[in-house]
Amino acid sequence: MIEETLDFAPLDELLDRAKAEKMGLIPVLQQTQEIYGYLPAEVLQRIAKRLSLSPSQVLGVASFYAQFHRHPRGRHIIQQCDGTACHVRGAKNIITAVQDQLGIAAGHTTPDMKVTYEVVYCLGSCALAPVAIIDGNVVGRLSDARMTELVNELP
Amino acid sequence: MFEKVLLRNAGVPGSERIDVYLSRGGYQALPQALARTPAELIDMVKRSGLRGRGGAGFPSGLKWGFMPTDPAITKYVCVNTDEGEPGTFKDRQLVEQDPHQVIEGVIITSYAVGAHRAFVYIRGEFFDGMKRWVKAIADAYERGYLGRDILGSGYGLDLSVHRGAGAYICGEETAMIESLEGKRGQPRKKPPFPAQAGLFGRPTLVHNVETLCNVPHIVQRGPEWYAGIGTPKSTGPKIFCVSGHVNRPGNYELPLGAPLREIIFEHAGGVRGGRAIKAVIPGGSSTPMLTPDQLDTPMDFESLAQAGSMLGTGAVIVIGEGTCMVDVTRRIARFFAHESCGYCAPCRVGTRRLAETLERVETGQGRPGDLDLLAGLCEGIQGRTFCPLGDAAAAPVRRSLELFRGEFEAHIRSAC
Ligand SMILES: Cc1cc2nc3c(=O)[nH]c(=O)nc-3n(C[C@H](O)[C@H](O)[C@H](O)COP(=O)(O)O)c2cc1C
Ligand code: FES
Repeated sequence: MIEETLDFAPLDELLDRAKAEKMGLIPVLQQTQEIYGYLPAEVLQRIAKRLSLSPSQVLGVASFYAQFHRHPRGRHIIQQCDGTACHVRGAKNIITAVQDQLGIAAGHTTPDMKVTYEVVYCLGSCALAPVAIIDGNVVGRLSDARMTELVNELP
Repeated sequence: MFEKVLLRNAGVPGSERIDVYLSRGGYQALPQALARTPAELIDMVKRSGLRGRGGAGFPSGLKWGFMPTDPAITKYVCVNTDEGEPGTFKDRQLVEQDPHQVIEGVIITSYAVGAHRAFVYIRGEFFDGMKRWVKAIADAYERGYLGRDILGSGYGLDLSVHRGAGAYICGEETAMIESLEGKRGQPRKKPPFPAQAGLFGRPTLVHNVETLCNVPHIVQRGPEWYAGIGTPKSTGPKIFCVSGHVNRPGNYELPLGAPLREIIFEHAGGVRGGRAIKAVIPGGSSTPMLTPDQLDTPMDFESLAQAGSMLGTGAVIVIGEGTCMVDVTRRIARFFAHESCGYCAPCRVGTRRLAETLERVETGQGRPGDLDLLAGLCEGIQGRTFCPLGDAAAAPVRRSLELFRGEFEAHIRSAC
């Protein structure tokens, strides 16, 4: 992976605001991730230093929650539900089909950084099972054919 | 036909908007509540028989009564919108389609326990729900239902929304409190209970969204009316989330005690393709499965306990004949292994071993002693973990092993 130099300016702005508004660590990490797309190690260290927290405390929180990512992610994010309701309605076949299509195992990003494909557990849309969230939009009543079509259509 | 209470506005165009809520009689319970004393309201909720809809079914009035009454003590209310139990999608619908009903419930509840600050904790994946919460809260402030001196009563309440970051355990009330404090979502030791020392060490009342939605109706129509719905011990309406192999999956609001058969066949349109039912998960993935001969079970707290399961969140997942139960069980076990917070060994190690062993059995690599190993693991987890997540993981596996032993044995010989 190519090491990029990170621009800390937007982070420092956020941390100033965080201090002034007494923001909690979780919203700080959420907004940091919106800036960088993930939480690089240098950024976590900077957050710890600026907010006078121990690095282990920041890493401890960043590593606990599934929605914090410590590695770069694809331009498109697909969260495929394989919760109980989606599972019994055929999520497994969809996962196999998309993994074959993208040539990656679930939980990974394509080498061109286009798509990150994740399997999650219940998106609270079980009436539409099987369900996925593609770039924040819920798509339901999926079949493997429909899902691979949607993946193909990603710009 | 049962007249809907909680979902009465759902599906009405623009039901999420404050004007639509007002035009349908919304925010009328609030002035009535503010005209009463907190003690009167607590008594009303006790008499209504309302029990928590977040899974445990604890009597709400009793819980309100645990909060200290001294006005000098700062107290908090938390609104649990973390809904993550696989199969459950009622709180999301309530928040997305009728957020003001929840807010009215939050205000009355907070007033009754003397809290002036309330926090919403919403699952990170609920993008639309988050937007609805933010907009509804802003509108409620603008119209004077939130903020200082609500409706000229002298009572004030502030409400804000906090997004989770992807952890099922944060639905557990003390883990949620930790998370709101900006920490890892690990459950706390009880006692002290949140009503004694919760968020930032202050007495805290945590309620599920659906529970709170009942409150305005109890105030407006009276506890006797409410207690007349359902069964003597499980009162009121309940939203059943029906999914899996049914023709019309969806949320159906019915009195507690409605028979499972009626829910599946009359409301959810029966099983797809006219297949026979193999098993039904009655209350979300952590509740042990029922078999077709148990379809006449009334869906209330007591009857489900008697049937060896739990009402849980009321999430009914119907599993049709032809489904591999080893595969379904493995999937459930994987979920809990993934969501174990890692704090205590029986849960951290036990759930992982359960998932690994089931994975092996499912893929035809099972060993002769594996079924006994699974049963032993369940034994080692149940009742021995720091919080109820361990039980939630072990109970469905144990039941599945009992009910479908033959299928598991066949898998050890060869995968399906
Ligand atoms: C592992 C675990 C997960 C839970 N998840 C939720 C949840 O997502 N939503 C919820 O309302 N309650 C959840 N609960 C129950 C809460 O701890 C708490 O009992 C509930 O929010 C209290 O509200 P109620 O009295 O209105 O039911 C969970 C409990 C456990 C043990
Ligand atoms: S199980 Fe997939 S949305 Fe609930």
